[in-house]
Amino acid sequence: MILFGYRLPGMSSLLVWGLLWEIVGQSGLTFFVPPLSEVTATLFSIIGTAAFQKALFETAYAFLVGVASAILIGIPVGILMGKSRLLDELLLPWVNVFLSAPLTALVPVLMVLFGFGMKSIIITTALFAIWIIILNSRAGVRQINRSLVEMAHSFGASPVDAFFKIYFWAALPEILGGVRIGIIRAVKGVIIGQLLISIVGFGALFELYSANFLMGHFWAVLIVLFALAFTISEFLAYLERRVAYYAAKR
Amino acid sequence: MAMSQIKEESAPAASAEFESAVSVKNITKNYGDVEALRDMSLEFPRGQLTSLLGPSGCGKTTLLKIIAGLLEPTSGTVEVGGKEVTDPGPDRAFVFQDFALLPWASVIRNVAFGLEMRGVAASEREAIAEKYIKDVGLAGFENAYPHELSGGMRQRVGLARALSVDADVLLMDEPFSAVDEQTRRKFQEDLLALVQNENKTFLFVTHSIEEAVYVSDQIAILLPRPSRVSEIIRPSSFRNKGVDNIRRDPEYLDIVDEIWASLRSYVE
Repeated sequence: MILFGYRLPGMSSLLVWGLLWEIVGQSGLTFFVPPLSEVTATLFSIIGTAAFQKALFETAYAFLVGVASAILIGIPVGILMGKSRLLDELLLPWVNVFLSAPLTALVPVLMVLFGFGMKSIIITTALFAIWIIILNSRAGVRQINRSLVEMAHSFGASPVDAFFKIYFWAALPEILGGVRIGIIRAVKGVIIGQLLISIVGFGALFELYSANFLMGHFWAVLIVLFALAFTISEFLAYLERRVAYYAAKR
Repeated sequence: MAMSQIKEESAPAASAEFESAVSVKNITKNYGDVEALRDMSLEFPRGQLTSLLGPSGCGKTTLLKIIAGLLEPTSGTVEVGGKEVTDPGPDRAFVFQDFALLPWASVIRNVAFGLEMRGVAASEREAIAEKYIKDVGLAGFENAYPHELSGGMRQRVGLARALSVDADVLLMDEPFSAVDEQTRRKFQEDLLALVQNENKTFLFVTHSIEEAVYVSDQIAILLPRPSRVSEIIRPSSFRNKGVDNIRRDPEYLDIVDEIWASLRSYVE
């Protein structure tokens, strides 16, 4: 954006909001919002503690395993649904139901099925992420230009060649978009899992800090979580831009 | 009539002098209850260009895709070089109406795609691709991407890809219909040179009467409902008069008129 003839760097608006936060915090309007400077100081003081690092590790572990399973299962299932009418008819209603279902309500069922441990948290995380990944991979395959498939066939491509050299690349822009949205949903999934299933990781910290009215700590953990999610999402957006040159021209 | 005269002159020559590169025997193709092709037989002489010409819905693209092995006929056989074929093979290469280029791959990778599918080593296939990129007049665009090229240039990439696999038979499905008129004329002239210089058999689907008469050694007129070969025309006199003289040759003009007269009633 250009303001008064100066080109502002990206995310300049964060400065404005940060300043507003500081003012509201300093004014002592509500205990719920401590000043940003205090939150930042708390952030650096807790970041080195064993409790924080243990929570970070637990959350990262559940998040990464959950997201990885969602990607590794979701992309092939989506591509196969896009290629096979039968699979599509069988699975699409379920995918749509789970995409819009309030998954939080399912968490108690998962607890009954998979226990109160890490396994249930990982499955919750994967369930939050997987549906949009499936749906987007399917959409990517369905919009493929038929003549590309014929072209590959006419030049003697094997089914494996066609999968990796045509279908995957043709669907890649949609797949990356789905993974990006899926990851953002997985952040919600992992925290909900940690709050509802067993009080571990960042979920436990949120619980602890809010129960004890430690709002500085609360906001500090939230900022860390947001920064992590934002970084991953931006990295995927960068990958999407790498393939954007052909996304619009397939 | 000029038409009957042409047919009388050329018909015996066709059967006696030419060896068939592709022969289509009693092909029928049904889509459910719809009969796309009925009992169609046709010979394509080696080293020549044969056009399939007809109104839309006459099954000319269907026939070409059956020859390519992309569609399966309901009954009947296709022989290429005397051998029956049912699948795509290295003896045939296809040029697509919408170019069918990989939008994520550079020109050189697109041209080399057919060779890549045959397992030719990367350095070798790139050397071959470079040669054909130069041949079709795209030298310097090796690392460009399809979206950076004009429609005409994209079809040159499609042509280079088909040439690079060195198939005996080139199947062209309305290859110039998506390019502008001036580019199309240049393509037609280049195609005549290609037929002269390459020892290949060309099968060319078009809906343009002028284009068919201009480029063809043999024109098969297909009519719809039921789809059949209504006549085969072999222009005889203007082929060697040079690209600039064909369009005002009396025989060229007569054939164009006659074809229009016989197709007129099939166009809504």
